[in-house]
Amino acid sequence: MIFSNWLRRIDGYALTWRLPVIIWQVLFFLAPLVFMIAMSFFLVKNYQMKEAFEFVNWVKIFSKGYFWSSYGLSFGLAFLATITATCIAFPASYCLAFKLSETARRWAIFFLIIPFFTSYLVRTFSWYVLLAESGVINNIIGYLGIGPIKMLNTMFGTMIGYLTLTLPLVIILQTLSMASIDKNLIEASHNLGAGRVRAIFSVIIPSARIGLIIGALFCFILSFGDFVSPYYLGGSNPPTLPILIIDTTKSGQQWPRAAVIATIMMVTLMLVALSAIKIAYKKR
Amino acid sequence: MMVNDKSIVWILKIYLLIIFVFIFMPIITSVVFSFNSDRFPSLPLGHFTWNWYDKVYYDSETWDAIRTSIIVALSASVLATIIGFCTAYTDFRYSFRFKNAYLALALLPPTIPLIILALAMLAWFSKLGISGQIWALIIAHTVLGAPFAMAIIRLRLQQMDKDLESAAWNLGASEWATMRHVIIPFALPSIISALCLTMAVSFDEFAIAWFVSGLNKSVPVVILEILQGNVDPQINAIGSFVFATTMTLVVIAQLFLFTKKPNNH
Repeated sequence: MIFSNWLRRIDGYALTWRLPVIIWQVLFFLAPLVFMIAMSFFLVKNYQMKEAFEFVNWVKIFSKGYFWSSYGLSFGLAFLATITATCIAFPASYCLAFKLSETARRWAIFFLIIPFFTSYLVRTFSWYVLLAESGVINNIIGYLGIGPIKMLNTMFGTMIGYLTLTLPLVIILQTLSMASIDKNLIEASHNLGAGRVRAIFSVIIPSARIGLIIGALFCFILSFGDFVSPYYLGGSNPPTLPILIIDTTKSGQQWPRAAVIATIMMVTLMLVALSAIKIAYKKR
Repeated sequence: MMVNDKSIVWILKIYLLIIFVFIFMPIITSVVFSFNSDRFPSLPLGHFTWNWYDKVYYDSETWDAIRTSIIVALSASVLATIIGFCTAYTDFRYSFRFKNAYLALALLPPTIPLIILALAMLAWFSKLGISGQIWALIIAHTVLGAPFAMAIIRLRLQQMDKDLESAAWNLGASEWATMRHVIIPFALPSIISALCLTMAVSFDEFAIAWFVSGLNKSVPVVILEILQGNVDPQINAIGSFVFATTMTLVVIAQLFLFTKKPNNH
């Protein structure tokens, strides 16, 4: 009976639902990534890519000083964005999770989802116009007798862009994890004489740890892989890794070298993600 | 009761407001600037104008891009929703060996930076010989959309009583009939919601589109190319149009997402 049931599931019904995603993702998600890693060992001769297994591209990239400065910059910027976004988001998420009604919180999250679906390019362009030397913000502070302050083509510009990209998501993830904390736990800590700050550090942050770290991780992934902000707001000097990938692919015909950079980025992100998950789920 | 310092709560709320202003500032300014006459907007604003919309309206390249975007978004959303539904149902009903690996495969795409996927897909599609064709874009956006569709439909199935399915079988309905008459009707709001959201994802994506689309530029690719040139408020006009479109989709999606369970008889 069980066996025949199993047999019936095997042919047809179960497979109909199970297979599509496997086939699609293997063909069009895994295969491209695997092929890209393989491509990092290909050769380029006379502007033609030749399939091969050589370490030339890896050696080339690793020996280039500009690659390492780009790597350091990208990692540093993404890390800075992660810390900044996490800290800036926390009070906002705290307020959303504990100080607002259920209805208000739902509306807030609805509004936080909106930016996710508005063109990031257009938002970046808006910041470009706002932050420019003769732009709106410098206009305003000019009336107050300050400025103009150079904000475009600085690290500040890049950070504004990264935060525009990541802040809504970080706040959503933090809020959801904090809203699910048992309120009795917090009340108990107050009854035991813990003040507001103490309660935040010894009850709320540990309980919401997973959400906080996952939020930070997504912030890192998004910032590390973004080319729009460091290019248009940060001035790309020196370029970050994503910009390097674009330059190498689009102008140089050097796809294998771009593949080396992309592979290194992927490995970096994997290591970051694994350590983040380890921290998130380790026993207290 | 918690000690609630009114002043602290007020400070927090003002802080929250500032954060929201920061998040929405670029969106609002882009809409405002799209009606502003100055080429490089500054204060005080110039006068009201439809000029930028006119320019976009009479630009055939934009219309080509809009057509491409619509074709791609429609096809990719249908494919992504079908794949997402299959995966969500599999996760809902079955447990099997390697299920974790199966789910990881299904849900992983959003964690890979788009620029890496863009390069990988460009290389792979070139090898398959479809790079630069509209198919490449549809396939890529399906990969991106499927995890979202899966997540949304899975959430909906979560609300379904598991016994509902077995009850139908006990009454003699085949698995296929049960799927058709019980599960799909139940999941329908989330299916519509998934269609809208994956469409919005496709409509906004620019990195992969820029790499693989070749001459079939989608709207975001056109925006990117304008951005690479000079400061041109046309971006705001196109951007406001894209914003209106995706917002409509997202609002529809959320309306369906938050509908209550249908009253089955």
